[in-house]
Formats: sequence, C-alpha cells, structure tokens
Amino acid sequence: MSAFKLILDWMSILAIPLIIFAFLGYGYIKKVKIYEVFVEGAKEGFDVGVKIIPYLVAMLVAIAMFRASGALYVLTWVLSPVTNFIGMPSEMLPMAFMRPLSGSGSLGVMTELMQTHGVDSLIGFMASTMYGSTETTFYVVAVYFGSVNIYKTRYALPAGLLADAAGLITAVYVCRLVF
Amino acid sequence: MLNHIWLWMIILSILIAGGSDLYSELTREPSKPAVKTEQQVQAENSGDQEKAGKQKPAGRNLNKETKMGQITSAAMDAAGLAVKISIGLIGIMALWLGIMRVAEHSGAINVLAKIVQPITKRLFPGIPSEHPAVGAMVMNIAANMMGLSNAATPLGLKAMEEMDKLNPKKGEATDDMITFLVINTSAITIPATAIAIRASMGSANPQQIIVPGIMAATVATIVGVTTVKTIQYFANKKKKTEKA
Repeated sequence: MSAFKLILDWMSILAIPLIIFAFLGYGYIKKVKIYEVFVEGAKEGFDVGVKIIPYLVAMLVAIAMFRASGALYVLTWVLSPVTNFIGMPSEMLPMAFMRPLSGSGSLGVMTELMQTHGVDSLIGFMASTMYGSTETTFYVVAVYFGSVNIYKTRYALPAGLLADAAGLITAVYVCRLVF
Repeated sequence: MLNHIWLWMIILSILIAGGSDLYSELTREPSKPAVKTEQQVQAENSGDQEKAGKQKPAGRNLNKETKMGQITSAAMDAAGLAVKISIGLIGIMALWLGIMRVAEHSGAINVLAKIVQPITKRLFPGIPSEHPAVGAMVMNIAANMMGLSNAATPLGLKAMEEMDKLNPKKGEATDDMITFLVINTSAITIPATAIAIRASMGSANPQQIIVPGIMAATVATIVGVTTVKTIQYFANKKKKTEKA
C-alpha cells in the first residue's frame, strides 16, 4: 500500500508540470509562436472570472443562509425514518446534504464526524468516502454555467443531485461491506 | 428548476430561522436582558432612535444570538466570499487558458479529441468529433481523476466556452453541456483531500477509502449519465413526433 501511495503522490506532483511541458513542447515542434499565443489565450481569464461573479453570489448566498438557518437539521429530522430504513446511520445525513452544497462545509462535517466517532470507525469511514466520491454539485453548476452566461440550466441540477444521491447510497453500502 | 430550488432554499431558511427564533424567545427565561430587549423594541417602535441606540450595547447582541441575525450575516459574508473566489480564479484561469490556446494552435487538442472520439461521439452527439470542446473535456476529466482541482476547473470552463459556441440558444444549457456537467460532478477521482485529512487524524489506513470512493463515484456517474440520456431520448422523441 505504501508503494501505491508513493506512486499516487508522485503522480499528483508530476501531472501539472508534465502537461505544461508536453503542450508547450508540442507547440514548439509545430512552430507555434508560444508566448504570443499564450498571452492571447490568457487574456480571457479575466472575463471568465468576472462573468461568474453574479452566479456565484446567488448560489453561495442561498447556501450560506440555508446552512446558518439550521434547515439542515430540520431536514435531517424529517428524513431520518427514510435513512434508517435504507440502513444509513442518521449521523451521515448532515454529510449527505452538505456534500452537494458546500465543499468547505462538508469538509467541516467530515472532520467533526471523524473526531466524535473516530477516524477508523464505520461513521468516519463512510464520511470520508462520501466526501471523496462526489463533487460540490451546486458550486459546479453555478461556476460552469455562469462562465458562459447560462441561467436556464434545465434539468442539470436534478440530474446531478440524483447522481449524487446514488453515489452516497452506494458509499453507505460499500462501506458496510468493506468495514 | 433552479429557479424553484434557489427560491425555496432562501424562503425555507428565513422561515426556519424565524421559527426557531420565535420558539427560543417564547421558551426563554424572562431574565434581565429580556426586559432590556423589550425596552429596546419599544424604543425603536416609537421612533426614538437615540434611546434605542443608547440601549443596544447593554442589551443582547441579537445579530449573533438569533438565527435571523446569523442568516443575515451569513448572506453578506457569502456574497463577499463569492467575489473573492471569482477573483482568485482569474490567475489560474489565465494560466490554463493560455496553455490551452497553445495546445489548440499546435493541434494537440485535436490529437486528444481523436483518441477519445469513439466514446465522445456517443456521449455528446451534438459536438463534432474533432471540435476543440472535446479536447478540453478530456483534459478536464483527466485532471479531475488525478485530483487536480486547480487545473480541472479552468479546463472545464474552457470546455463550456467551446460548447457554448455550438449553442443555438444562448443563455440556455444544451443537452451536451448537461451531460458533461453530470459526468463532472460525479467525478471518479482519487480522493486526495479526504486521504490527507484521514492521515492527519491518525487513521491506521487512510487509503482505505479509495476503492469504496471510486465505486460510489462510478455508480453516481452511471446513474447520472443514464438519467440524462433518458431525458434526452424522450425529449428528442417528442420533438420528432411534433415535426411529423
């Protein structure tokens, strides 16, 4: 396992330099005017950053209010019979709701769960698996669609959340099996 | 859809915060601070701002103690944070957009696109198989898999930009964009952050979550893509019957 970890660590350190090297090197071989073209492309970075501001403000404000109001705990209370039925510990519900909403929020929930129940407990194991297995769907929808000024997202969010739910339930079952 | 979810998140927060404040006010022991608040409220109601202002430091800090105050400051902070995140993204965005532009000019993106063509042709029927969007998507998914979120977001945004060039209705998401987004949010990845935190908290086996995590993400991706494709299938069918 430690050899595996070593490979993983090196992979993540080397990936970005290698990608940059490969692209710039290939560009040089193909006689692209690298500096000029780079700067021309990089100019767009500012526009993208500014474009996503309104979308991100809308999304983050709603999420922050939702978190601060304690709505998460009301939802947990309402849904705990359902999750008990599918064999999900009710401690995992805040994690399951927080994960698609907020990256830093779910990181906090995960750390707290691992502190109270132990890192290598079933709950700690489930929490970290859940954290690692999906993305912050609301954030991705806001940023990705915001960058191209799309406000009609159609069925993107429900589909993304359904996928998240499937992933979270799978995490519960796989963790129960492995643990 | 997002309209409803967004609206209800905010309305629910306000209602729940109001409800819990009301409950805690009603059940609170009538002690000294409570009297002060009443006076304060009365003072405010009567329009005597000077008196209200004077008594505030002596009373409770309603901004911190009540849920209503908390959601207000949370909303303000989040608005500021959103700008900070966006501004912080500009530098990395510029770096990757520059490199991607070089890759585009040299044809490296097309080479990448050709390699994955058999898969992307089926997943994204609306994108011509050698379109630059395909190359950016592949780079984004690869960066996600390696857990390089700093690189993944700019590359994903580049892919969205390229896909938007093919978008007939600006401002509305295309089927291919949604497919890409769903694959992206259920990203199959090596959970580097979670492993690092487990290790720092003294786990005996921090990497234990890799396999369960990948399995969960795989199921999420399969469910997501199936959902999206089913919706697209029925929508297209409807369109065809309407035409005929």
